[in-house]
Amino acid sequence: MNTQLPRIVITGVGLASPNADNLKTYREKLLAGVSEITELDLRYFGKAPAGICKFNETKYRKKKENKRGTRAGCLGVYCANEALVDAKLPIEHYKKSRIGVYIGLTEHGTVETENEVYNISQYDHNVDYWTHHHNPRTVLNNPAGEITMNLGITGPHYVIGAACAAGNASLIQGVQMMRLGEVDMALTGGISESTGSFGIFASFQAQGALGAASDPREACRPFDNSRNGIVVSEGACIYVLERLESALERGAKIYAEIVGYAMNSDARDYVLPFHERQAECMALALERAGLEPEDIDILNTHATGTKQGDIEECKAIRQIFGEKSSTHINNTKSIIGHAMGAAGVLELAGNLPAFEDNLVHPSINCNDLDPECKLNNMVFDTPVEMDGITTILNNSFGMVGINSVIIVKKYQ
Amino acid sequence: MTRNAIKDLILEIIEDIDEDADFDTLQADKPLRDQLDLDSMDFLDIVMELRKRHKLQIPEEDYPELATLDSCVNYLEPLLADA
Repeated sequence: MNTQLPRIVITGVGLASPNADNLKTYREKLLAGVSEITELDLRYFGKAPAGICKFNETKYRKKKENKRGTRAGCLGVYCANEALVDAKLPIEHYKKSRIGVYIGLTEHGTVETENEVYNISQYDHNVDYWTHHHNPRTVLNNPAGEITMNLGITGPHYVIGAACAAGNASLIQGVQMMRLGEVDMALTGGISESTGSFGIFASFQAQGALGAASDPREACRPFDNSRNGIVVSEGACIYVLERLESALERGAKIYAEIVGYAMNSDARDYVLPFHERQAECMALALERAGLEPEDIDILNTHATGTKQGDIEECKAIRQIFGEKSSTHINNTKSIIGHAMGAAGVLELAGNLPAFEDNLVHPSINCNDLDPECKLNNMVFDTPVEMDGITTILNNSFGMVGINSVIIVKKYQ
Repeated sequence: MTRNAIKDLILEIIEDIDEDADFDTLQADKPLRDQLDLDSMDFLDIVMELRKRHKLQIPEEDYPELATLDSCVNYLEPLLADA
């Protein structure tokens, strides 16, 4: 990447995942392979494995605001505040007009619309009973806007719609806006409230892509021969991004520097992923980072536990990293499910502490590795300790053919 | 519905909107908005709840009648006479 561009670093992480409400606990549970995927009973649909976040919903705003806003907004407000606390960064440090909020979403408004249609079904579908909150809740900028209202941020806020690549995409947007000098600090990340929508579960089911198992914690089984689909999770993760000089000036803890990224399109199919474009995306991110595949210590796979998706990604990885790669390969969804728009950033966050503890967290639920998914140095069940971890590559792909790759380096 | 019952109904609806609402010092003849954390969207919530609970269709031009607790009771008393 052009070295003359400002260097952008991650200095704070706030998260809510199905197994943790902060990075420390999250890391501990990922290292121990602790899944807290549970069973959810959905309106019309019935029971399905799902990841539900447990966090203090009224830590940063009143219950009244949570009622008025959306679940995505609630998750976003919690994570944005937690990120600032983690960064030891008072919101007043930067001019509020020079802070940007960029949030990645897979979808938004689905949950609210389904709820409202259900609500008026109780009143003979009389639209007089349709809530006046519908529009402010379902405008696409809603979750990012709720964060700005909560924190009094007057700089730009908007949402990046990028299917399940949205978390990475928002991070890229934040880096770009920081480099362009549009803002001096960015809150970027992804949010998913998809577990509130029966339609999302029903659609995956109709595609034959909804994961299932007698124990919900075993429903997401990337790379395993018996894998049968996705586990939908809610989740959110927001980073504080700062320019390196500003971060150093205030003595901030630096989690990582974002050194490479890429996005591209399959231009091919609504749902099927395509290894050739995924490989191109990884190659482009490496080129921009000025790195070779052998420089990457950890590759966090996107793999969701679908038959075709996992195979395509493994083909792409093989194409770029070769058969004898030294890069360690792991998967976070096996533990937390698929947090959709939050997946990219939440999964990257789970790997960031590797720069300090030199451990690669494992994937779980793979007892019978699909030969088509076999890669060198896959990490299953127990963490692997490495002699220094300095680079992580994070894959995140989505429907309608969207691919994203982020590469971060340990700052030293 | 008695005047007291109407008053309780309004307070119950407001409590549903904001369970932290403090009614201890609420003055019935003063605007609710000046005394509680309520805005225009919250007033629409009150209108919606009255519609859901008592099938009342309050026309927009009558919304100012809901400004104070007293005015709510005065306005709703004839409408809820048979409730």
